[in-house]
Amino acid sequence: MSIASAETQVWQHRTPLKRLMLWAGWLACVALFVWCWERMTQRTIWAFVWDAPNAAADIGSRAFPPRWSYMERLWWPLWDTINIATLGTLLGIAMAVPLAFLAASNTTPSRLILRPIALFIIVASRSINSLIWALLLVSILGPGILAGILAIGLRSIGFIGKLLYEAIEETDISQVEAITATGASQGQILTYGIVPQVLPAFYGISVFRWDINIRESAILGLVGAGGIGAQLNASLNTLAWPQVSLIILVILGTVVVSEWVSAKVRHAVI
Amino acid sequence: MLRIDGLTKTYKTGDKALSNVSFDVPQGQVIGLIGPSGAGKSTLIRCINRLVEPTSGTVRLNDVNLPALRTGDLRRARRRIGMIFQEYALVERLTVMENVLSGRLGYIGFWRSFARRYSSRDIANAYRLLDRVGLMSHADKRADALSGGQRQRVGIARALAQDPELLLIDEPTASLDPKTSRQIMRLIVEICRERGLPAIINIHDVVLAQQFSDRIIGLQSGSMVFDGPPSGLTEAVLTKIYGEEDWTAMRKGAAEDADAEAEEKMQAEKMLRAL
Repeated sequence: MSIASAETQVWQHRTPLKRLMLWAGWLACVALFVWCWERMTQRTIWAFVWDAPNAAADIGSRAFPPRWSYMERLWWPLWDTINIATLGTLLGIAMAVPLAFLAASNTTPSRLILRPIALFIIVASRSINSLIWALLLVSILGPGILAGILAIGLRSIGFIGKLLYEAIEETDISQVEAITATGASQGQILTYGIVPQVLPAFYGISVFRWDINIRESAILGLVGAGGIGAQLNASLNTLAWPQVSLIILVILGTVVVSEWVSAKVRHAVI
Repeated sequence: MLRIDGLTKTYKTGDKALSNVSFDVPQGQVIGLIGPSGAGKSTLIRCINRLVEPTSGTVRLNDVNLPALRTGDLRRARRRIGMIFQEYALVERLTVMENVLSGRLGYIGFWRSFARRYSSRDIANAYRLLDRVGLMSHADKRADALSGGQRQRVGIARALAQDPELLLIDEPTASLDPKTSRQIMRLIVEICRERGLPAIINIHDVVLAQQFSDRIIGLQSGSMVFDGPPSGLTEAVLTKIYGEEDWTAMRKGAAEDADAEAEEKMQAEKMLRAL
């Protein structure tokens, strides 16, 4: 007798009870969605929603063509924006690197005191968006580029610090052991055993953060922290749609370029 | 000369990795340290340069008791103890030359090492060592661009750059193919002979150990169960170290393995080409 005609054995992925529960679960999800939708749209004025395509087309037609001549007044804010992003990233790096070494469990000099403090600073920096940092700093320092740089820098600490300390913790212990065995001092173990291992990650993280910061610094002007966002805010307030569309195009172009640069750099260092 | 007395290591988990190990290593002697996995071979050589802290016992290198040293003195002692590792443990992203020069770290200050400003003597010596291990033309390649055997040669050059009085060698051939293993073992032993260097080679390959060492020490769950010349490794002794196994067959097998492997590879290549 061949195998095919032998008593057929039934295999099921789930038991009938499990299947029933799965269906019940899906049903509950759909019900929840319908209920939420009801609540959400309670106060929607549908007339506006149905009118949305018209409104969009209207704004679109007013925004087109972009007012190219406005460009001459954008070069300077654009330069500011790039400077805010770059200097802010450098500031973030300068503060994040020591923090990362304090926070990584294999390089921290004190597990009980310094490590929790470093971790707390990293979390605190990450938990506040750069726009909020900028709001706070503008009210402390007054409007301008400085507030923007600090806002970007403070937000970058957490991002760079976290990714870098994770990279430090993932280093290969045997290379560190080998350097230790030569009689190297703590500082030498760090620079020979650990730094070469985290350097590619460090470049990658920094350029990635710079790329993000270009995008973030473009909106910081909305709260008065300098850069092209101030122009965007002014144009929006005066309903100068051709200027708005030009600014959006400029921001798009800058982001594309920064992304290209960051991809190139990351490709080169790894 | 190295004198180990009553060396014991108990890990925090309560595992006794070494119990009361004592032996002397006279000038120029190459010791093969054999034993099954988990017998404490790695722990033993790491207790000597204190990559692992021994629980008790003394390790005297030229009458300096290593376990008693404090940080600064320990560093000075470590720089005269070269170590060669199983997975080479080179700093992968540094060049071959930087790796060899890192053997000098114990001798120079932080900023000089940071700026890679090594003395011309160190550099000349590093080139000599690279020449000795046959890697002169690879000096400026990155370590991760080399093959396994070449990397282990860099590891050897780094250990020698320390100007060591003792070599600790942890499974030098475990990641290498049989032929390269032999070449590396031959190189290590030749260098020890040239310089009159004592060495402790922790090795799981009994055949290699027997062929290349002056003296064999057998470890079995942390205790020394054999200490004698390679010729003393009888079937009874090996059984004591490793447990029951057909040893004559294994030795014959080792040679046959190599042939069979080569043939298998040829067959595989033929099949690939036919595809």
